[in-house]
Amino acid sequence: MNAALLLLADSRLPAGGHGHSGGAEEAVRMGAITGPEDLARFLRGRLATTGLVAAALAGAACELCTTEGLDGGTGQPITPVGPSYRRGATGEDGARAWRGLDAEADARTASPAQRSASRTQGRLLLRSARRIWPSAALDAAAQAIPEGTHHPIALGAVAAAAGCAPHDAALAAAYTSITGPATAAVRLLGLDPVVVHRVLAGLVPDLEGVARTTGARTAWEDLPAHAAPALDLLAEQHLRTEVRLFVS
Amino acid sequence: MSANHDDRHDSPDSHGRALRLGVGGPVGSGKTALVAALCRTLGPILRLGVVTNDIYTTEDADFLRKAGVLDHERIVAVQTGCCPHTAIRDDIAANLDAIESLEERFGPLDLVIVESGGDNLTATFSRGLADQQIFVLDVSGGDKVPRKGGPGVTSADLLVINKTDLAKHVGADLTVMSRDAAAVRDGKPVLFTSIREVPQVYAVAEWVHGVVEAWAHAREHPHGPAVPSTNA
Repeated sequence: MNAALLLLADSRLPAGGHGHSGGAEEAVRMGAITGPEDLARFLRGRLATTGLVAAALAGAACELCTTEGLDGGTGQPITPVGPSYRRGATGEDGARAWRGLDAEADARTASPAQRSASRTQGRLLLRSARRIWPSAALDAAAQAIPEGTHHPIALGAVAAAAGCAPHDAALAAAYTSITGPATAAVRLLGLDPVVVHRVLAGLVPDLEGVARTTGARTAWEDLPAHAAPALDLLAEQHLRTEVRLFVS
Repeated sequence: MSANHDDRHDSPDSHGRALRLGVGGPVGSGKTALVAALCRTLGPILRLGVVTNDIYTTEDADFLRKAGVLDHERIVAVQTGCCPHTAIRDDIAANLDAIESLEERFGPLDLVIVESGGDNLTATFSRGLADQQIFVLDVSGGDKVPRKGGPGVTSADLLVINKTDLAKHVGADLTVMSRDAAAVRDGKPVLFTSIREVPQVYAVAEWVHGVVEAWAHAREHPHGPAVPSTNA
């Protein structure tokens, strides 16, 4: 593991994540999350579906950078691996590759509200990360998709720029898929933060499992595509709710 | 490829962007009323945009839009996930994104006002977000507030003490507030307002106009008055 992963996964990374609840706000409003037990089930479900997909996409985005040898300064030579259409993360090939991978994320995100929230978070992450870890690959990703790269794609690209490996990127994506909603639940319900962290600690083996599952290098079209219709509905309903504290 | 060719907040003087003015202060002190008043008074002479940081959904943005002081589309709301101070200080990404979207759509602008969500006396704007900041108190919070200080009161470029019309009803001594504010602010300006009685807020508008002019001058003459601008 590269220590930069700690920076990347830290909720203090100034990239706009604090404004998103990942459906938790709407779940709280509807009464689907009322305490730590509900929250644990919500997080487990989220990790096994959108968390897994996000982890796989982040791993693929990171790998796209590392196949070009853009390993963020570890100095280790990297052997290009993967399907022939992946020709790197910069230049015209790069733009095509970023748009292609972004389309894979789009296809796996059924709810327009979630697509919009994901693009907003990806745009904000790249905006900050391009100043923290300047990199041609991040510039290429941002410029290829001006309205905002999907968050897992941005996260994977940033992980590479920070010097992390695809497995690290997947782990960070899985981790942020549950920590955002957990923090939101603490704020919205006044839950004991220590109890909520115990819930998160209980999910650590699942985090490892998700990151391992997504570790194998596969063609993009074969990446996991798990759906969570309940999360899609929560995201859509959230946008239509009058009183909202979170963007999503 | 440059990593920051479109990150205008990196270089305040060289990209021709608008002055970013933060307006912060406790809940109910009159931030939104002040922003509306500034739009009313400065709208005819400056190209404006407004970003609100609402606690609940788009309440403040809606108020401003209903006030009719500015084209609706020039008012953008940012949601802050229960943490208004985080969005203006610790993680300013969403606000920067909102400002730049305004500048891209309506630019060039002279002034973008960023109104924080109502918070406590420690909430101040990051220098990465606001070039100048106003902190708004009101007399009904008690005349001891300036003496208590806090980063908002002590460090804001302008301290506005609003609702002076209520002073006699709440037993607040404006002289005490003025003296205490001067003592903790090291000479930085303090202005008293009653936005309800004088909705044009002339003195505050004049101060804002002054900092916008100074900003524009610095932008046009980045290396001193003799050098002509290349990106005006």
